[in-house]
Amino acid sequence: MTSDLIMQSLDLLKVKHTARVVRVNSSGEDSQTARQLEEIGFIPGEKVEVLNKAFFGGDPLVVRVGLSTFALRKAEARLIEIGSEH
Amino acid sequence: MQTAPLYFVDSSPLVALIGNPNCGKTAIFNLLTGSRQKVANYSGVTVERKEGKIAQTDGASIRLLDLPGVYSLYPRSMDERVTHDVLKGIAAGEKKPDIAVCVVDATNLRRTLRLALAVQRLGVPCVLALNMFDLVQKRGIEIDTQALSKALNMPVISTIGIEPQGVQQLKAFLLKEFNQDTFASFIQDSQASWHAQKDTALQDTDKIQAILSQMGLDDVNPDPINERIDRWVLHPLWGSLILGLVLFLVFQSVFVLANAPMQAIKDLATWTGESIGSHIEIELLRSLLVDGLIAGVGGVLVFLPQILILFFFILILEESGYLPRAAYLLDRIMGSVGLSGRSFIPLLSSFACAIPGIMAARTISNTRDRWVTILIAPLMTCSARLPVYTLLLSTFIPEESMALGLSLRGLVLFALYALGILGAMVVAWMLKTFTQAGLVARPLMMELPNYHWPTPHNVAMGLWQRAKIFLNRVGGVILVLTMGLWFLATFPLPPAGFEGAPIEVSFAGYMGHALAPIFEPIGFNWQISVALIPGMAAREVVVGALGTVYSIASNSANAGHELGAVLTQTWSLPTALSLLVWFVFAPQCLSTIATVKRETGNWKLPLIMVCYLFLLAYAASWITYHVSLSLGL
Repeated sequence: MTSDLIMQSLDLLKVKHTARVVRVNSSGEDSQTARQLEEIGFIPGEKVEVLNKAFFGGDPLVVRVGLSTFALRKAEARLIEIGSEH
Repeated sequence: MQTAPLYFVDSSPLVALIGNPNCGKTAIFNLLTGSRQKVANYSGVTVERKEGKIAQTDGASIRLLDLPGVYSLYPRSMDERVTHDVLKGIAAGEKKPDIAVCVVDATNLRRTLRLALAVQRLGVPCVLALNMFDLVQKRGIEIDTQALSKALNMPVISTIGIEPQGVQQLKAFLLKEFNQDTFASFIQDSQASWHAQKDTALQDTDKIQAILSQMGLDDVNPDPINERIDRWVLHPLWGSLILGLVLFLVFQSVFVLANAPMQAIKDLATWTGESIGSHIEIELLRSLLVDGLIAGVGGVLVFLPQILILFFFILILEESGYLPRAAYLLDRIMGSVGLSGRSFIPLLSSFACAIPGIMAARTISNTRDRWVTILIAPLMTCSARLPVYTLLLSTFIPEESMALGLSLRGLVLFALYALGILGAMVVAWMLKTFTQAGLVARPLMMELPNYHWPTPHNVAMGLWQRAKIFLNRVGGVILVLTMGLWFLATFPLPPAGFEGAPIEVSFAGYMGHALAPIFEPIGFNWQISVALIPGMAAREVVVGALGTVYSIASNSANAGHELGAVLTQTWSLPTALSLLVWFVFAPQCLSTIATVKRETGNWKLPLIMVCYLFLLAYAASWITYHVSLSLGL
């Protein structure tokens, strides 16, 4: 289960890859955004999958969280820390 | 001394509908209330307030309030604040709801149940409407509604928001609740549990998780169909091509389909004017009714077909779930000028008319983005510009075919559309670069809902509401403005034996003459300056006003043709090009300015808008005029 410790943020996840949310980083100026992300379903343990990324740098990207699909910008995706699925 | 506003609160029972965006709440609202709806604003804010009625058997009725769709009750955006305040019973002029119907997407309980728990915690008696129940059944998921009701401690009813019978059970429940008091046990229980355990959002999550695992709903998989469609629709290349094709077809249909009804409205206005005019002896009264009232109102009403057809397509795209995807595809471009994909829908509407576009900007939760969208909306080429473009293009641009079946006129018309969009992007980019707020990155966080077929009922209701809003404006502000401009263009009356056009000696004529020196550097003669003043009512009025200034009887059958002949003799090509460019940018529409004032609540934004648009128009026309002069055109 050590794979959980290798954390990265959601914006780095490749298309068609899945992971689980570890936490949403609410420190810093983005605490509002972080709270909103939690409200729309990015809660610890939730399964996420990147469905699509825009050309040239992948901003914005389409993410499925649970059963909903959201378009996020890279800046928001960066706040979401993920761990590998097990 | 302070005076508190007095509100008359209806004492009949009030039911509030609440739910996430895209949960099918509005469809349920439409089915429950039918056409008995009132659309207005909440006191003091431009959040749309929709109320309807359900008739009870004893003749009384239940009021049903469709609250804005929200993900949580944390008051952050205007929508969320209104929802929060209404449910808490602290919104100005609103009664605390007797029951809240919490509409949830049954295929996605994990996320949607959290809102229900939050509403319950506010102490409002809560009913859970499990919407899209047909989809749940179709996918073979079993939800034990009784067990769910017990676990959540609230009544649970399954609904299907797209079928006429889909809400019968909910309707029956609501009617029963207000006749008997079977609800009482639930209310007291929920109050008790609220005081006992002050759940936090995370505890809610755990609670829902526990309920879902207990009910065997822990591992529901998403519908694979959506993903298959999205693989194409969201693809950076194919998706963009599909979007381009969709937009092309929409605009093509708007212009083709709107032709006949627009001609009919025009003919009807002319016919009404003539038949009423022939019965009125008094010259001034006839002018007031025919040239002022009928011509003015007809001139604006003529855009109703285009607006309705464009909204028909927008509603279908919205209902099917495509619009947010289009917004996603365009977010990168919009983001490069400091906006987000959410501005796409208001700007798209502005191609029919800036007024519904500016009103559609309400859906943008970020205030700064909403203001910028409103500021640039008038730069989208609205249909009122087309009569002016048509007159000038057919008069000054030769009918020349070019390679690939393109015509020169068509190409110039396309260039005018492109110029408006380019101008809008430059303005937005400057606001992004040179303002403090522009530099702050804002989140997108836009849900891409599951695809579904649009229902005729919802599309019809949506269209009816847009038509009503537009007609109310025509009957109100636009009517007053047109009458005011008629007055300016008519008085004072010309002295007896005056040879020229009567408008020349009117207030509008004097204003035009006074403005002439200002417009001279961009190639406008005094006739154009005069015609621009009545043109403030609606852009296309300029065509008629030019006819008046050049003393062409507007009722002659080939007035347009005659006017064209006069213009080719008196205007140079640089003047015509300069006027075309002027119409791309200039705020030649008082109704738009009045709408911006109403939507933003004060005169600051409309003033900024008028100033920057005039400056932009002047600069662009000056450049066009002088460049084309130096090219020897």
